[in-house]
Amino acid sequence: MKCTICRGQAALEIRRHNAAFCAPHFLEFFERQVERAVRDQKMFTHENRVLVAVSGGKDSLALWDVLLRLNYRATGLYIHLGIGAYSEESRAKSVAFAQSRGADLIVVDLPQEHGMNVEELARNSGRVSCSACGLSKRYIFNKVAVDQGFDVVATGHNLDDEAAVLMGNLLHWQVEYLVRQAPVLPSTHPRMVRKVKPLYRIAEREAAAYAVLRGIDYIVEECPNSLGARSLLYKEALNMLEAQSPGTKQSLYWGFLEHMRPRLAAVQEGVTLRDCLHCGQPTTGEVCAFCKMTERAAARMRARLVRAQPASSGPPPEETVAAGVPAGDAVDPAAIAGEPIGLPSGPDDRA
Amino acid sequence: MKVILHHPRREMQVEGKRRVADLLRYLNLNPEAVLVIRGDQLLTKDMEVGEEDVVEVRPVVSGGERERRRAP
Ligand code: SF4
Ligand SMILES: [Zn+2]
Ligand SMILES: [Zn+2]
Repeated sequence: MKCTICRGQAALEIRRHNAAFCAPHFLEFFERQVERAVRDQKMFTHENRVLVAVSGGKDSLALWDVLLRLNYRATGLYIHLGIGAYSEESRAKSVAFAQSRGADLIVVDLPQEHGMNVEELARNSGRVSCSACGLSKRYIFNKVAVDQGFDVVATGHNLDDEAAVLMGNLLHWQVEYLVRQAPVLPSTHPRMVRKVKPLYRIAEREAAAYAVLRGIDYIVEECPNSLGARSLLYKEALNMLEAQSPGTKQSLYWGFLEHMRPRLAAVQEGVTLRDCLHCGQPTTGEVCAFCKMTERAAARMRARLVRAQPASSGPPPEETVAAGVPAGDAVDPAAIAGEPIGLPSGPDDRA
Repeated sequence: MKVILHHPRREMQVEGKRRVADLLRYLNLNPEAVLVIRGDQLLTKDMEVGEEDVVEVRPVVSGGERERRRAP
């Protein structure tokens, strides 16, 4: 197969564009697509400080790499979740990438800062792992961005991620998530940072190809908690359609942006956000979902420790306190800002 | 040829030389969901891989967060 531009040996066929590119021309194509996404959607400028949510996977590292090459002011943020070997390896790869590019990487260690890894947080707060994980990541991304004066958080969600989320939202008519699905989620509060997805024009396979051709050493293995996720089923279904009918994913998602977004934006309702009484981050309730989760988990953990001790020592068991914490959360502010909750918010939420 | 696969990472031997498209069909993999890599080169579906080659078939699909809520 020949490169559509130079007739040299092609490295990647892009059937949805009826094209094939050699390595240099593919890299050029990729950069142009990202640049175009950033400009068309007015995501950020060269003056803005961009915080890139880095997971050590192909999408986030490819995104960070291309933003640096395009001379954007991009700093990485890696959240260490404490998910065994997966977390160790993904942190090592993120740190190595930052060093190789001479780029700044902020590392937040969840177990160190909140005393629990994702599994413990989930178990002690009565959530499933991905729920505790996603909530923590959204909270920490926003908090770090606001505290350190970043203008925008960029995540590595690609076309396939967005198409799969859209498909899930349509299959289950999750109207409130549909209304908020967009490549740019504007800031709705002074302490709620703007979120953008500069890879929404890039197919997942192209993001992986970019990483390989740039020699980026990313983590290929997946988080053990992702096995059997429904989003993977949707992706598989979409890829079956794509194989028979190239351009399906693009037509689904870009068509949604073109035809439905403007109509949905018109009906989008504003929500009033106020400050969390405990941490000051914006929330719809009195106490934000993250504080509720961590406080509930900490109370449970203390109760366990107390029970494990001889009866007369220590304060009375706090089980009642833990049980008194309502299980239902205030709406997660990040969700209001637009992250669909019923389905994956994507790989690079997957930090 | 030696074929490196993932999830979990493993290796297998495949006899004879084949086109990439045929290799993927043989492995029952959707070409949309993988990259075929030889050394630092990406292979398109019409390229041939030979008996002596080592190729990696790398999945590109990721991001499977489990649903945060049970299905309605
Ligand atoms: S699959 Fe993603 S969201 Fe779920 S625990 Fe792993 S990293 Fe977190
Ligand atoms: Zn070329
Ligand atoms: Zn709070």
